[in-house]
Amino acid sequence: MRLLEGVPRRGLVLLAALLVVLAVFPVFASGYLLAVGFLILYFAYVGQAWNIMMGFAGQLSLGHSLYVGVGAYAAAALYVHFGLSPWIGLGASIAFCALAGAVIGFLAFRFGVSGVYFAILTIAFAEFARIGFDHFTWVRGSSGLFLPVANYAENDLWNLRGSPRMFYYLMLGLTVAAFVLSHALLRSRMGYYWLAIRESPEAAQALGVNLFRYKMIAVVLSAAMTSLAGVVYAFYYNNLFPEQIFHISRSIELILGPIIGGIGTLAGPIIGAFLLTGLAEGLRELMLQLGVEVPGVKQVFYGLCLLLVVIFLPDGVWPPLAKKLRLDR
Amino acid sequence: MLAVDSISKSFRGLRAVREASFEIPEGRINALIGPNGAGKTTIFNMIAGVYAPDSGEISFLGRKIGGLRPDQICAAGIGRTFQIVKPFAGLSVLDNVMVGGFLRERSTAGAKRISLEILERLGLGAKRDLPASSLTLPDRKRLEVARALATRPKLLLLDEVMAGLRPTECDQIVAVFRELNRAEGLTILLIEHVMRAVMALAEHIGVLHHGEVISRGTPAEIVRDKAVLECYLGEETEV
Repeated sequence: MRLLEGVPRRGLVLLAALLVVLAVFPVFASGYLLAVGFLILYFAYVGQAWNIMMGFAGQLSLGHSLYVGVGAYAAAALYVHFGLSPWIGLGASIAFCALAGAVIGFLAFRFGVSGVYFAILTIAFAEFARIGFDHFTWVRGSSGLFLPVANYAENDLWNLRGSPRMFYYLMLGLTVAAFVLSHALLRSRMGYYWLAIRESPEAAQALGVNLFRYKMIAVVLSAAMTSLAGVVYAFYYNNLFPEQIFHISRSIELILGPIIGGIGTLAGPIIGAFLLTGLAEGLRELMLQLGVEVPGVKQVFYGLCLLLVVIFLPDGVWPPLAKKLRLDR
Repeated sequence: MLAVDSISKSFRGLRAVREASFEIPEGRINALIGPNGAGKTTIFNMIAGVYAPDSGEISFLGRKIGGLRPDQICAAGIGRTFQIVKPFAGLSVLDNVMVGGFLRERSTAGAKRISLEILERLGLGAKRDLPASSLTLPDRKRLEVARALATRPKLLLLDEVMAGLRPTECDQIVAVFRELNRAEGLTILLIEHVMRAVMALAEHIGVLHHGEVISRGTPAEIVRDKAVLECYLGEETEV
């Protein structure tokens, strides 16, 4: 339990209970609920990856769809063209995304681009990718890259071909791993340095923190983690379109969870994913049952949630909730 | 220990510091005084690595440090505080100090140990779990000092830490610096307007005027120096 050192006992009990519920959930869930569960875990995972960069190190990325997309395309293309297992492909995904993150980070931090200008730079790179991939014929450009689909009698974990249940557990594993990693990082020297940079770069530097190095590590780590979500995404949905996967709305969508849950907190991205995806899907289902058909209901709901949180819970849902549960140390 | 050799710095043609030179031997408490705009903070920032000098050289423990980054200067053994305090507002008092503690201690437990010691010493032990944003100004100034001390500096640069403190608070913090200097041989360079603190602390004073060092000596010598009296202290000063 060294990895979770410092989590209060009540927190550990709650975490364990949540984990048990999530682990047995697929046994009882319908296909639809399982898909919702997968989405929640997907957003919980990428939210945590984004949170390392923004929540911990204070570097706002509005272009994380870049890493989802590059990660997805790299592994999918290697599978389609060479039959390489995604477990091998993800090496390429991580490498490309880490490189992309390093290039963006280098340009920004070397030349003093920060704050909103840094955010704009991240958008620019995601947009480059979106337009570039539209013309990238090796991965079929704008007509989309499709993975071969068949009815799989058995789960083939090596090639990530199989049932939604397998993907659900995969995403659950990633989410748990990201949580444990985030927790360990936050208690380490690096975590302290990130928070210091977030709070005051000048003061951090005066205390011996190499700003360039630690900001770079945050960006590259966040990019590499996000690429894994891209790989799972590609093999789960089996189709990739540059217009969709690199679209800025995807970047925004994945940061709403951490914002609503609580930027910079460990549980925030996870709580946020549950609230947003769970409630949005619930709402959609409700509308369906009532026979009301309103397009764009999800977007309106997201907007409303964001508005309420900004007004009433500017630090997100988790900090006040943690206080109620007496989980804040 | 620290040798500043005819450094100059201009901002858009304005010469903030011109060929300033001084030396600080190990273990001494030194003050740099002078009227507003004399170039004190600019010199300070050049030593701390915020600006590189246009010309001249700064060396510390025999190593040239002019033009290094602030984090490299800190790692070399020079700690600093900010005139306008810059606490990590969202972090607890202890976590603030631990950021400094991590410079010489890789482990979280080690950084925590040094930081708790320093907080006790500066009388902030009871407030360790409060968010830094909730501290009063005197406590924030103390936190600045605690963070800088956690990096285990050999030379401590203090940028107006007494400003805004009440006389009793000022005396308290003066006592802390004296003790650090006596017990651990910490060398200190302070920029200060509060003459009460300067006279109580400094063994050696340099006076800056229009970017130049116009006088240097012991406090007793400085208060008798005609040039200093004219430009800064005023004729009527009694210490």
